[in-house]
Amino acid sequence: MNIIEAKNLTKHFDGVLAIDRLSFSVANGTITGIIGPNGSGKTTLTNILSGMIPKDNGMIIIDGVALERLKSYDARRYGIARTFQNVRVFEQMSVLDNLLVVVTERNVWGALFERHGEYHRARVLEVLERIGLRDKQTALARTLSYGQRKLLEIGRALLTDARVYLFDEPFAGLFPEMAKLIVTIIHELKADGKTVILIEHNMELIRELCDTVIVMDSGRLLAEGAPKNVLKKREVLEAYLGE
Amino acid sequence: MDYIIHLLIFISIYAILAMSLNLLVGYTGLLSVTHAAFYGVGAYTTALLMKFAGFNFFIALAIGVVIALIASFLIGLVISKLSGDYYALGSLGFNIIVFTIFLNWQTLTRGPLGIPGIPRPELFGFTFSGNIAYLALSFAFAVLVYLACRFIIGSSFGRALKAIREDEEALKCFGYHTSVYKLVIFAIAAGFASVAGALYASYITFVDPTTFYLPESVLLLSMIILGGLSNLQGSVIGAAVLILLPEALRFVGFPDTIAAQLRLFVYGLLIVLLMLYRPQGIRGEYKL
Repeated sequence: MNIIEAKNLTKHFDGVLAIDRLSFSVANGTITGIIGPNGSGKTTLTNILSGMIPKDNGMIIIDGVALERLKSYDARRYGIARTFQNVRVFEQMSVLDNLLVVVTERNVWGALFERHGEYHRARVLEVLERIGLRDKQTALARTLSYGQRKLLEIGRALLTDARVYLFDEPFAGLFPEMAKLIVTIIHELKADGKTVILIEHNMELIRELCDTVIVMDSGRLLAEGAPKNVLKKREVLEAYLGE
Repeated sequence: MDYIIHLLIFISIYAILAMSLNLLVGYTGLLSVTHAAFYGVGAYTTALLMKFAGFNFFIALAIGVVIALIASFLIGLVISKLSGDYYALGSLGFNIIVFTIFLNWQTLTRGPLGIPGIPRPELFGFTFSGNIAYLALSFAFAVLVYLACRFIIGSSFGRALKAIREDEEALKCFGYHTSVYKLVIFAIAAGFASVAGALYASYITFVDPTTFYLPESVLLLSMIILGGLSNLQGSVIGAAVLILLPEALRFVGFPDTIAAQLRLFVYGLLIVLLMLYRPQGIRGEYKL
């Protein structure tokens, strides 16, 4: 069963073709890696799948529902959560508030009369424990190290209780211990039956974590399949590694 | 003593304006340059209803708030889709439009002649004609607005406002219709500004368009930048400092006319210096 299907996705930016008739599918409960050289359209694809930018043409099907236009505030409704290549935490808010804002009431009227009760706080503390930031809960997000901010972003995504997690280069610039923590979280998500889409440049991690890998080049699909097979292909090595 | 009470009344009125503007600028990150317009809506509504229709102050104030809410909702529908510099420019445009209406709809507002002779408030037969009574009234409203602002920013709604300020696009990914939040806080702030307008009109007993033009919006921005963005006490401090500062200049020995000119000069200089050396203001928790 596929949770995400993309058919002939196309996206232009000022005449530049960023995504070119891209079709692929992601099976439910798997970890799918998306790799490709810089500028190959990986982040553009993530932005389309999370509704942050509209596609020009093509079709996105999420859990069997074909979507003409996915808006960013609808992504949560379809069970999609994401992190960003360039960390986008709420810098001048506390770590706790960065997480509480994800779990509290969305309806304006309800939110006006809602205080963060014990239920929300308990959920947030549980995630803070999981990402190793419990002792930083009152700190402003901007005072965290780069790696801690990446973990905070992942914590924020975890709190959405999504079905699909889009992680855009979560390991970039991290110390090994933090990377190990994220690996554990990704394994746990899979064990919980969640789907993870992982954009990553580290081939070792792709081999270790992913069930399937999608290789993109110039906005097109270059190869798709199990990492052990795909990463050996000549065209992949040429495009990605310049070999 | 009367002079000090007069200043305290003005500080109360401007504290209401500054706190409500801080909800927009400090907490939500929306650089609104139209707050004086809603201040004017409250003032003119109160003036017209009390003077020409004999309404009680409190009913006129309530109607002013409703009109400000409706006006802000209509304006907000347009500008809530904007962000950053475009939001500031859009809001500035609306301040000009509202000022033009005050100035040119002469059959209603008497244009540049203004509306004199606005009565003082009455409640259960008691008239707030003395300045001490008026100070009690304006201070009570300032406290109510302060408590309401605290209630808002302490709620989940308030937390979402701060997240909009930090990264609106990222927040949308978590299922927030941010333009609805922006519209609602814009309307709430406009409603509070209208309360300040009603208090001003009935205190001064005269309104004219010049009080509600861009320099007033800039003055209000100066107050919250000086006092500190995203901090309610800072708004009150900013209002107090910028109300008292020009008064202090009088005692330096400058004639009243020069003191008035110097006031604008000092506001401008203060903003430049604050941006350079203390962008978070006196008590601010957020930098522009």
